[in-house]
Amino acid sequence: MRYELPKEELLYSGHIGCPGCGASLAMRYTLQALGKKTMVVIPACCWSTVAGFFPSSSLKVPILHCLFETAAISASGVKKGLVARGIEDVQVMAWAGDGGTFDIGLQSLSSCAERNDDIIYVCYDNEAYMNTGIQMSSATPFMSWTSTTPNPAFKETPKKDIMEILAAHRIPYAATASPAYPEDFLNKMRKAKSIQGLRFIHILSSCPPGWKFPSENSLKISRLAVETKIFPLYEIENGRRYVLTHEPKGLPVSEYLKLQGRFSHLAPEQVRAIQENVDEEWAFLMEKIKARGARKKESGIRNQDSGFRNQDSGKKLGRKSGESHKKMKAQGARHMV
Amino acid sequence: MERVISGNEAVAYGAMLSRVQVVSAYPISPQTTIVETLSDFCASGRLKADFVKVESEHSAMACCVGAASAGARAFTATSAQGLALMHEVLHWAAGARLPIVIANVNRAMAAPWTMWCDQSDSLAQRDTGWLQFYCEDNQEVLDSIIMAYRISEKVLLPAMVCLDGFILSHTYEQVEIPAIEEVDRYLPSYVAQLKLDVDEPRSFHAAMLPDVYMEQRVKFQEAMEEAKGVAKEVDEEFGRAFGRRYGIMEEYFAEDADVLLVTSGTVTGTARGVVDDYRKKGEKVGLLKMKMFRPFPTEDVRRVLQKAKKVAVVDRNISFGATGIFAQEIRSVLHRHGEGTSVFGFIAGLGGRDVTPAVLQQIVEIAKGKEAPSGDVVWIGAKP
Repeated sequence: MRYELPKEELLYSGHIGCPGCGASLAMRYTLQALGKKTMVVIPACCWSTVAGFFPSSSLKVPILHCLFETAAISASGVKKGLVARGIEDVQVMAWAGDGGTFDIGLQSLSSCAERNDDIIYVCYDNEAYMNTGIQMSSATPFMSWTSTTPNPAFKETPKKDIMEILAAHRIPYAATASPAYPEDFLNKMRKAKSIQGLRFIHILSSCPPGWKFPSENSLKISRLAVETKIFPLYEIENGRRYVLTHEPKGLPVSEYLKLQGRFSHLAPEQVRAIQENVDEEWAFLMEKIKARGARKKESGIRNQDSGFRNQDSGKKLGRKSGESHKKMKAQGARHMV
Repeated sequence: MERVISGNEAVAYGAMLSRVQVVSAYPISPQTTIVETLSDFCASGRLKADFVKVESEHSAMACCVGAASAGARAFTATSAQGLALMHEVLHWAAGARLPIVIANVNRAMAAPWTMWCDQSDSLAQRDTGWLQFYCEDNQEVLDSIIMAYRISEKVLLPAMVCLDGFILSHTYEQVEIPAIEEVDRYLPSYVAQLKLDVDEPRSFHAAMLPDVYMEQRVKFQEAMEEAKGVAKEVDEEFGRAFGRRYGIMEEYFAEDADVLLVTSGTVTGTARGVVDDYRKKGEKVGLLKMKMFRPFPTEDVRRVLQKAKKVAVVDRNISFGATGIFAQEIRSVLHRHGEGTSVFGFIAGLGGRDVTPAVLQQIVEIAKGKEAPSGDVVWIGAKP
């Protein structure tokens, strides 16, 4: 059945996002799901330019630009100000990049998550400081090129697991989303809209100039990130209940990596190491999804063996992934995404 | 209703009577009892505000920026390192033209660690575009918070009300607490002209290119200039409503002074006594109390100072490599007009050291004994 996108567009055409910008498509889908009664709070990031220079705006909803490290708390402040004025039916959404979320904005995001402030926080993650010209962030994948991890000093550590950080705050809802899967994307945004408290959406946002690929490949690469299990689509309720929302095909990671200039330096054994790591992370995710069944057993439902099984390996999982990383580093095979 | 309260409680009462809607703050000595008192007010329902307990002063001010952008009356309080951490957001709040009010309990800056009073913290923020008011006693603290909202909401600039750490913040004084109904009449609820509104979507603070940014700065400066007159009107109206007035500055035996002391904060109270003593002896010593520091009341200061033979500025702060900050500003006011008045700059009371009557007498005597200052900075009471 063909999936019909909502008709209402709250993103103007003619914005100044780069051709093929995943974050622009993500904003379009997000506002389609959230609707007109939404305010968007944007810290320093690509979107502080995509949203338009004074006096123009690329959105049909109010925008509040804010300081780099204040996306979450600025949005909370707006929400609290509205509620203080008796306005309760407006969604306030922080819309920040990976730098503003994984790095400089993490402190205020953590504080808002701990208080469970009633905002939607979207991180559109293009895996580096793209607005300033492709500098490494803590969301940059292992062994990736950026202008501050130049050849041969590529990114030395794996990407920070932001979803686990947010899950550890036991917020009501966290989800990953990709603009290559609009139905899944809109479902998650609609679900987020229906929940009170801090809702966190992590979007992998393909970036043609930053990842070094032609813009026409943007959705293809976004789709490959999901189908290779590099960026699984899942959600976490209350920091505990993990649900996979799309079963990936499990394509080799090389399919994803080979299309991007930022990985063009990788040797075959490095690609293999990335594959191993992705398999391991996937298995770890499956473990958490399976653990949900275990909790159901505690409540009297005997379904320990149901739910998601780890299809990929018989390895022992859990905290192994960190140990494995150290081991790989020691062996000189430091290739995690 | 009269009550004996601390300076920090006076701040909290001022905020409560102003019916602030969103409070966001982080504890720091000696401001902490403001946070505690406001928490009590919110918990007991005496103040119907959302108190957002954030993880830093940076977030406290950012929260106020968000709330004020949504059209709510926002309040915070801090001291020293907290104010310094807010610095980036202070610029933003002012550039965004949001009428936020902050109480800053003046505390000296580290390193080394110190908790005690001087005014280096707030004066270091003088170029952020905030209105600044320095208070002499707890009554003035309470009244100034209320007046600050009136001024800020008129000129759309944020305001900082400063009180000396411990000397006011933790000292109990008799304070008249006005009835909230009277304050309601004086300070009606805030109706923002421009705010985030889903029915009238606008983009706030989008990047400005060089062809428009400077014009925005001109408007900013015009609002600062406007604040001088507005602050006077607001003060006059406060006097009519509550029977107390402060002015944007106050002259005390300034008319014919041979030596005119210039003070701010609690040093003023001590200086009044010193002036009285000199006057009893028939010596023409006067006093200018600086309440409003930003905008700097240039014309009024010039009018007062050019009548004096010698001006002795008492700075509880220093701009390293230059001079005391009040002295700097006052010299610039006079020098531009080529006045003959000698301006003596004194640094006293840093890091909580007492500025006693003896200290101020020493300052007056130095000014009396010299035709012109021997240097730009004279340290008072610093051990060799």
